[in-house]
Amino acid sequence: MLRSLQIEPEKCTGCLQCEMACSYQAEGVFNPAKSRIKIFTFHEEGRFVPYTCTQCSEAWCMHACPVEAIVINEATGAKEVRADVCVGCKVCTIACPFGTVNYDQDSKVVYKCDLCGGDPECAKACPTQAITYVDANHTGLDRMRAHAAKNLPGASASA
Amino acid sequence: MAWTKKVMRVNLTEGTISEEPLNMEWANQYLGQRGLATRYLVEEIDPKCDPLGPENKMIMTTGPLTGTMASTGGRYSVVTKGPLTGAIACSNSGGFMGNEIKNAGWDMIIFEGKSPKPVYLYVENEKAELLPADDLWGKSVWEADEMIHKKHQDPLIRIAVVGRAAETGCLYAGIINDLHRAAGRSGVGTVMASKNLKAVAVRGTRGVGNIKDPAAFIKATNEGKKVLSENAVTGEGLPALGTQVLMNVINEVGAMPTRNMRDVQFEGSSRISGEAMKEPRPGDGRPNLTTNAACFGCTIACGRISTIDQGHFTVENKPEYWGASGGLEYEAAWALGSDCGVDDLDALTYANFLCNEDGYDPISFGSTLAAAMEMYEMGVITKEHTHGVDFSFGSAEALAKAAEWVSKGEGFGKDLALGSKRLCEKYGHPELSMTVKGLEFPAYDPRGIQGMGLAYATSNRGACHLRGYTVASEILGIPEKTDPLVTEGKADLVKAFQDATAAVDSTGLCVFTTFAWTLEDISPQVDAACEGDWSVEKMLEVGERIWNMERDFNMAAGLTGKDDYLPKRLLKDAAKTGPATGKVNNLGEMLPRYYEVRGWTTDGVPTRETRERLGLNPDGIGV
Ligand code: SF4
Ligand code: SF4
Repeated sequence: MLRSLQIEPEKCTGCLQCEMACSYQAEGVFNPAKSRIKIFTFHEEGRFVPYTCTQCSEAWCMHACPVEAIVINEATGAKEVRADVCVGCKVCTIACPFGTVNYDQDSKVVYKCDLCGGDPECAKACPTQAITYVDANHTGLDRMRAHAAKNLPGASASA
Repeated sequence: MAWTKKVMRVNLTEGTISEEPLNMEWANQYLGQRGLATRYLVEEIDPKCDPLGPENKMIMTTGPLTGTMASTGGRYSVVTKGPLTGAIACSNSGGFMGNEIKNAGWDMIIFEGKSPKPVYLYVENEKAELLPADDLWGKSVWEADEMIHKKHQDPLIRIAVVGRAAETGCLYAGIINDLHRAAGRSGVGTVMASKNLKAVAVRGTRGVGNIKDPAAFIKATNEGKKVLSENAVTGEGLPALGTQVLMNVINEVGAMPTRNMRDVQFEGSSRISGEAMKEPRPGDGRPNLTTNAACFGCTIACGRISTIDQGHFTVENKPEYWGASGGLEYEAAWALGSDCGVDDLDALTYANFLCNEDGYDPISFGSTLAAAMEMYEMGVITKEHTHGVDFSFGSAEALAKAAEWVSKGEGFGKDLALGSKRLCEKYGHPELSMTVKGLEFPAYDPRGIQGMGLAYATSNRGACHLRGYTVASEILGIPEKTDPLVTEGKADLVKAFQDATAAVDSTGLCVFTTFAWTLEDISPQVDAACEGDWSVEKMLEVGERIWNMERDFNMAAGLTGKDDYLPKRLLKDAAKTGPATGKVNNLGEMLPRYYEVRGWTTDGVPTRETRERLGLNPDGIGV
């Protein structure tokens, strides 16, 4: 079963534990500047929104890459960057409509979310469950359940 | 490790910046942040210097856990000699500034001298420069923050700024980072402005590493997070209601200072409480509270983000205040609210916004206003002083106007900017100033919580709850319950809290974790990150060493045991309502025992033996 990152912005407090977990996993240091997931603060609205790669099925970045440095991990569905193949041309960063592939000045190649090989650190680190790693076919399940419960006053569904 | 082992020294007089290695011998004795920066300050300034003169220095400092995944590990402190008190000042702030300094590769930044012209420090990792700030001077915190972001075209820069209150000499101005987090108390912003330093802007992308034992560190920090999430205060109370969870609790136990501490309970407390912030208001049907928010790395998320009703009299036709921003903490709600007798939640929120917008401490401001209100009711201060505004207790209009004046340093705001002690002296009623060593009281009346009286009297930075929060034990039963109305055992309790807190303040963690954590939870996290031994015993020893060093600094600055006092009102006028009815604070019963457990003389001076035991100069500081 494939899983997906499910993000529920209304639960996010903006603590950046996810950014630290991500950078620590990928770079060995706590460095939000190198995180693959980013938290955006909308101060005037009082909202925090986590954002990262959605692992498109027909990934723009993958199709755009001239040297086939972005490949699918069949086990996780993640589009992964092969750093040894990447030439740093940055075409993928232009191709991605969501801006979730980025160039790293230090390593001179691009980097993006790779779902940590199937055990994403951000989801484990999030103290509020604003990020969870769920059945890819059913990322809407929680919202469906919440709406279903609205029609059943007093009930707590256990689907 | 966990320290970056690098110190930046900025000489504002010369306009030079240099790098030096962190003194690791001191790091081993003082850990970081509060303790370590105080060690530097003690070495480098004359304790008798003018706090607002170029000889004073100001240190922005992180702790070894700042910037790591330890919960709440994003804090920094500002250490200097304080202008309200003439004593050691150390103010701690959350938000996202401390971690950015650390990510740029620095443990601390020492500012010395005074710039001939307004400047700001811009740091991008190893690169640091002083840039002209003529255009930023005269601007609010919020304006300056926006201008700096625009100038560098980088939304990710983290900025700490002083506002117009600091520029115009308000003695309790703070330093605001991330728009609404503050190194708020004891006038550290006033010191920063006195150096013509408008802002510190930092962008750090190097990351924080150097963890001694990474696996042990992740394990220890995960265990710590679990404790926080399972605890009723840090796991439920604080995320849901913020520190405002305390408003109704403290009012009920009769320890809510009200109307310049004339009363110990406020009839309007339920209207300004954390619960009230969640109630839809009549005006626009929305609650005051928009969301809770975390500081860097914090799994508690006690922060409040609030919105004011657009039709409220304070913000009518002022769209710049219609957006969400930093809302009321308990201390602000108390000082602006019950101490001034005001129960209009949105008016308090407005005053709080202004405290953030122009950078001054809502506790000192509210308490000073309360003293002014009392003198107004006595006829000592009149409408001639207050530009025709009715300054009676309970006036939301007076609160809003007073904040507007202090923000800009205008009119009667100039008097209010003096702080309670100097204001009351100026108008001939020093007895009405609710201060210790010149610093205004926070939100716990020591008639209803005896131990807090001793904690206030002996606090090294003046009346402060964050130096020894015995409320935890006396009211909340953390780590164990003691009777708030008795003095027995409180000397030992206060010492234990003071020492432990000094250690926690030196780690990079938030002191609010100690609602759930003891040093038993904290020491494994520090020990896994930092080279050396960081057992509970070592942490306590470090805490005690810091406390005594701060005390010695104050002694060298000219303070004595006589400065360990409480205002007469708290010693002579008994509480009129609530569980503490008939009680005064019995400081005299606790102080001699406190000096004894501290190993100080009967005059309150650390003895040679005590200093030697703690590895301090046996002769004290500056001798
Ligand atoms: S860890 Fe969770 S709550 Fe914290 S910033 Fe990330 S998504 Fe938000
Ligand atoms: S507990 Fe509150 S003040 Fe402390 S770090 Fe967390 S959000 Fe910030």
